[in-house]
Amino acid sequence: MSDTIIDPNFKAPEPERVGAERGSLTRIVQELVFTVDHKKLGLMYIGSGLLFFVVAGLMATMMRLQLAFPNGEVLEPEVFNRLFTMHGTAMVFLVGMPIIFGFANYLIPLMIGTRDMAFPRLNAFAFWVFFFSGLLLYFSYLGAPGLYAAGSAPDVGWFAYSPLTAKAFSRGHSTDYWTLSLLMGGIGSIATAINIIVTIISLRCKGMTLGRMPLFVWLFLVVAFLVIISMPPLSACQIMLLCDRYLGAKFFDTQAGGSAVLWQHFFWIFGHPEVYILILPGFAIANEIIPVFSRKPIFGYPIMVAATVMIAFISLTVWAHHMFTVGMTSMGNTFFAISTMVIAVPTGIKIFNWLGTMYGGKLRFDLPMLFCIGFLFQFLIAGLTGVMLSVAPFTWQLSDSYFVVAHFHYVLIGGLLYTVFAGIYYWYPKAFGRMPNVKLGHWHFWLFTIGFHLTFGPQHIAGILGMPRRIFTYEAGRGWELWNLLSTIGVLIQIPGILFFVINLIYSYIKGKKAGDDPWDAWTLEWSTTSPPPEYNFAKLPVVKSRRPLWDAKHPEDPDWKFE
Amino acid sequence: MSLRGTFLSLVVRVCGVLCVLTAPALAETAGLEYPMRRVTDMFKPLSRPAEMISEAAGVVLLICLGIFLVVTGLLVFIVIKFRRRAQDDGREPPQIYGSTNIELAWTVIPILITVVLALVTSRTIGEIQDMPMPANALKLRVVGHQWWWEIRYEDLGIVTANEVHIPVSDRDRAKATPTHIVLQSADVIHSFWVPQLAGKTDLVPNKTNETWLDPYETGVYFGNCAEYCGTQHANMLLRVIVHTPEGFAKWVASQKTPPPAPQAAEEIKGHGLFYANSCINCHTVDGTVAEGVFGPNLTKLMTRQTIGAGVAELNDKTLWAWVDDPQKMKTGCLMPDMQLLEPEVDAIVAYLKTLK
Repeated sequence: MSDTIIDPNFKAPEPERVGAERGSLTRIVQELVFTVDHKKLGLMYIGSGLLFFVVAGLMATMMRLQLAFPNGEVLEPEVFNRLFTMHGTAMVFLVGMPIIFGFANYLIPLMIGTRDMAFPRLNAFAFWVFFFSGLLLYFSYLGAPGLYAAGSAPDVGWFAYSPLTAKAFSRGHSTDYWTLSLLMGGIGSIATAINIIVTIISLRCKGMTLGRMPLFVWLFLVVAFLVIISMPPLSACQIMLLCDRYLGAKFFDTQAGGSAVLWQHFFWIFGHPEVYILILPGFAIANEIIPVFSRKPIFGYPIMVAATVMIAFISLTVWAHHMFTVGMTSMGNTFFAISTMVIAVPTGIKIFNWLGTMYGGKLRFDLPMLFCIGFLFQFLIAGLTGVMLSVAPFTWQLSDSYFVVAHFHYVLIGGLLYTVFAGIYYWYPKAFGRMPNVKLGHWHFWLFTIGFHLTFGPQHIAGILGMPRRIFTYEAGRGWELWNLLSTIGVLIQIPGILFFVINLIYSYIKGKKAGDDPWDAWTLEWSTTSPPPEYNFAKLPVVKSRRPLWDAKHPEDPDWKFE
Repeated sequence: MSLRGTFLSLVVRVCGVLCVLTAPALAETAGLEYPMRRVTDMFKPLSRPAEMISEAAGVVLLICLGIFLVVTGLLVFIVIKFRRRAQDDGREPPQIYGSTNIELAWTVIPILITVVLALVTSRTIGEIQDMPMPANALKLRVVGHQWWWEIRYEDLGIVTANEVHIPVSDRDRAKATPTHIVLQSADVIHSFWVPQLAGKTDLVPNKTNETWLDPYETGVYFGNCAEYCGTQHANMLLRVIVHTPEGFAKWVASQKTPPPAPQAAEEIKGHGLFYANSCINCHTVDGTVAEGVFGPNLTKLMTRQTIGAGVAELNDKTLWAWVDDPQKMKTGCLMPDMQLLEPEVDAIVAYLKTLK
């Protein structure tokens, strides 16, 4: 099988390095800082993403404690406002983006059978730009007060609607930290996107036509294009905001004839595709895991690719559904409502094709598949509440309410985070050579799933009952008490779930069962090399004849290439 | 009627369930003749635009519920039916790569559903947004401020704050007396949201938006600012008091009667303090030199139900606490702690209490 591709006698020479002894702290730091290896960078992306995830998650916990009861007195209003701003910004830019880039980095070269990304040093640069942009954002707690002592961490919300960000309403430097951090992060994202596109276009191994690429790689190609299209508007409006704040420009200065709505257009032209930039990688992971654990190829590969491309195109035309309440014309509202609904069609195709993949298979409920089934169920809910929100009149009630909060947490936790967990459990043996612990994984899954639904399910109802988002307090008697209390209890159940996850990562690294090259009996190229893969990935670059090269190797009597 | 009626009753039933679960305080009254409508359930509309929304939303909710049940059922069925059994032979299942017909089916059906949703949506958008206002509609202007609402009845010569008073309308369109509201902002973006009366509309600086209310029943309707607008966004609460026509006329008349001149010594002292301190830089009392525009108009302060844009019910205690130090009640609000001595607070409160 795999030894048809790898030369078992080949031993790579240990690279010569000047510096500390192997295993010493200095050496580890050196290796992290100097590395241009896509696998190390990928793990560093995911690791730092998880680190920021824990921080931003604890911020959310503090908010939930404040809101557990009416007239909560846990936090001051300013502190609360900073928390939700930092939580949102961090979760999107410092958790979602690095984790998906981590997966891309680690897996794309392995899946397309090459030795590294096209531009390894650009890759390292992008990682460090991202990492320091995160530190810069959090440094605002210390740095933003400056000499004025006005301000601290940003408190303008993660989409920072103007003119709340103008000097008049946001004194001190908090907004500047937010702006500069996002500008920096944007540079890193664009660099990575370029790297991904070039890698996929030009470094595929012999025989891997576009039509034989794993869907994972296809989806990341689309994501990378979306990043390149949607990041520049974000950077542009950040620069405009900086000009407003320091150079006397008036783009968003409503007192001087500027437009508050202009910011929203710029931001959401970035912001909506961003949602798909985050969720398509989730789909990408599900596209790899569901077939392997159903023991069938993905159902309808071509239409899955087509649906992805369609989603990407349509996602560029829907941004103003975030703006149904700003007073667009009825024509404008109708256009954006309908374009948003249309996105449900390709998304539905994907869900049905996953079900089609599972149908008639032999489902194995290992940890990755467990999380993928959670993903399917939760993403269905997220998609349907999304359809409801596309109905502009419905959104006139629900926009900026807790219903929206529930909706996008179902998308980003129920959808993205579940597939990220699935992906981590799936590729953990590849990256570390050891199997994740099943028992700890089950504790993680069930605690987190119960906690997640208990946290965000009730928020739908709170929203329907008129609870606006981003309020640090509410009065008793509005009918929101029960739902908020349940929500807070849910968070307290999620936390041990995450603890089990972290413990599992560490425990399995030390004590996990040895995994071998291909523990899941999978079909894509990354499983043909050793676990963990050597720095150069493949001793001999593979040659493929179908979408499932390892299936062909394992079933020479019934290879895929006969049917494709 | 029948279609609309069916959905309406369904929506009411769905919400009935919600309300049984949530609403402890429906029968409560404000001590006046109108019920307090604290639980702002969007599926319990009491005004034409809110009702149109909840009908359309009800349709969408039903369709989505249907899809949810079908797909979840399918998922559960597949997970149970096709799980690997203990006595599995270890052979791979038949490898199916796809099926054009099946994929076509699950492309076309969602498209058809989308067409239905698109029709419902565009019709409702048009009906609500492009509704012509009759000539007898009450016109008023709501201006958002950090963190309170300025409410101006230009035709009636009334300026008030945080509580919108309007007359009740009628289900019969011929007899309806809707209220037409122009929405503007003095600083950042806010959003006007009283769920039982209408969907929300933003108040955007340097832009004029509009909304309309057409309530069927009297009551004190609760609402919030729904766009994050800074530190005290949470305490930018809104009440719409829907009067009977007579009640509204009485309210208008009372608002136009100037408050009595201060009589008692304490009141006169407070009056002096009010005008000697910087209160008048921000507040207006009609017919006096107090002409500030940054804070709420205080001319008929004591006719309001709340203080600090809903941060507390207005009574002697809360008024005293507010004048003493608004930062304690509403941290970060733009009214500073005036560092008054207690006797000064007593006097100013005594004066303010004459503003009725």
